Amino acid sequence: MTPSHTEPAVEFEAVVKSDCPTCQLIWPALQQLIDAGCSLSIYYQDTAEFPPIGVPLKDDTSLAHSWVRDIETVPTLLRIEEGEETDRRVGWVKQEWQDISGVADLAESLPAYQPGCGSRTREPGMPARLRARYAGDSLYARSIHTPAGIDPIEYCYDQGWSDGLPLVPPTPERVMAMLEGTDRDPGEQLGDVPPDLATVNIEKVAINAVMAGCKAEYLPVVIAAVQAVLSDEFCMHGLLATTYFSGPMVIVSGSRGRLIGMNSGVNALGQGNRANATIGRALQLVIRNIGGGRPGGIDRAALGNPGKYTFCFAEAEDADWTSLREEQGFRKAASCVTVFAGDGVQGVVDQKSRDPESLCRSFAASLVVVGHAKMVMAADAFLVITPEHARVFHAAGWSKQRVLERLAELLMRPGEELISGALGMAEGIPSKYRNELLPKFREGGLNIVRAGGSAGMFSAIIAGWGASGNLGSSPVTVEIGT
Amino acid sequence: MTDNLLLDPTSENTAAQLRPRAKPVSLEGKTVALLDISKPRGDIFLNQIGSLLATQGATIRRYSKPTFTRPAPTQLLQRIADECDLVLEALAD
Repeated sequence: MTPSHTEPAVEFEAVVKSDCPTCQLIWPALQQLIDAGCSLSIYYQDTAEFPPIGVPLKDDTSLAHSWVRDIETVPTLLRIEEGEETDRRVGWVKQEWQDISGVADLAESLPAYQPGCGSRTREPGMPARLRARYAGDSLYARSIHTPAGIDPIEYCYDQGWSDGLPLVPPTPERVMAMLEGTDRDPGEQLGDVPPDLATVNIEKVAINAVMAGCKAEYLPVVIAAVQAVLSDEFCMHGLLATTYFSGPMVIVSGSRGRLIGMNSGVNALGQGNRANATIGRALQLVIRNIGGGRPGGIDRAALGNPGKYTFCFAEAEDADWTSLREEQGFRKAASCVTVFAGDGVQGVVDQKSRDPESLCRSFAASLVVVGHAKMVMAADAFLVITPEHARVFHAAGWSKQRVLERLAELLMRPGEELISGALGMAEGIPSKYRNELLPKFREGGLNIVRAGGSAGMFSAIIAGWGASGNLGSSPVTVEIGT
Repeated sequence: MTDNLLLDPTSENTAAQLRPRAKPVSLEGKTVALLDISKPRGDIFLNQIGSLLATQGATIRRYSKPTFTRPAPTQLLQRIADECDLVLEALAD
């Protein structure tokens, strides 16, 4: 028969690598196409170690051509008409190659089918390297050449980008790899970051996530956390500027936390988990580097707290209590971040309570001192309940809501003990409240989340910023996207 | 991978250079805004400042932010700029 490829506008391209047994196997097929008069270009990705075939092989060890053609597998045979790709076949399926080439008796002696090998463009880390090399123009950020002889990590310090710990230098390749973690356009704007109210886009978040040490799969969580702190209710400007201790704390609720390997168990609030450590840090770096929020500048914290390096953990879940995201009105199947203007961790030790009432009283006695024992309806708090404490409530059939209701009852505070001068302390609320009974926390100001290892009858209070609610900050929950 | 090419992690903004307005030689006939950021006891400080300025011939106008935790609304800043020659802000409590 007369193959259709004899028309001058039809060409073929084959992309191969010598390391691939299938590419070696099908070499006679390529030879036959050339012998039949096909216009065939053969690109090799590694070495030209193939038998002589009568035409020069094309060197694609730079992978530039493979990248442009978006090759996933070798061998790939492409049909090009009028300069445009009209068809492609990957691996070796004899019938398909016969169809696409129009050579009906192509490679009759070869097996009918043999899968190909991965293209070198798909090797680990390679897609990002190739994107940085061949599509670097798609990035928006300014490129900076570090001076010769200067350690890039030291250079990052010198620019003032660091929170005090070493940063991963944000090379285009690393940023491209980070951006693989999201479907969103790098140029998509997320809002204005205080205090400078500078606009932040996805790419700038990715650059700071690289510096923080994040993996690409953490990026959607970082993006959600940035979105959450930029909401008006969270009041990031005031939280940064305050002389108070607080900084943004991130709780991840839902399966996404587990999928990216976050810790909600042993030492959940501590060190040692990459996702916990770097997601919280990335958020702080965005505030620092995009917003210009720096300690001693607009950040006026008298003491701050160690969580201002990073404060991020995942919620532990079981069937007994509703999750934080569901309490905030999200679907159980969703994954969310909740941001909270949090201080440090205050332990609650109770190794003896075996009934809910006793344990609630322990919690209430410890919660009273949030901010100051005489302060009411000011700071919010998160109570982090560990498994050994949670089981006391589970065994008695108490829901989380019931615990909160009982705590609210136990945390009604007598005005006569709270007013300025009472108990020998000048600190206190105005004397007009002397005869009133006041709640320690504003409506919705106390939240419960579960985390922690299976041993230890210790829970934790994370107190919040003294300016809560409309006056200052409210916890904000945002669903994690893709 | 080489580390000598980096992407800028900052906003890439440069602060605009603004020249401060010349200081007035006298407060006579000037309108002075006293902006209370709503911190406790800021009003006590501003009351005191207000009476001192009034003795120097200034007209005092009082303004306040809804909450000290958020930047002043743009509308408020525009009103102050529109109605006053000078402004004093009470920051601390």
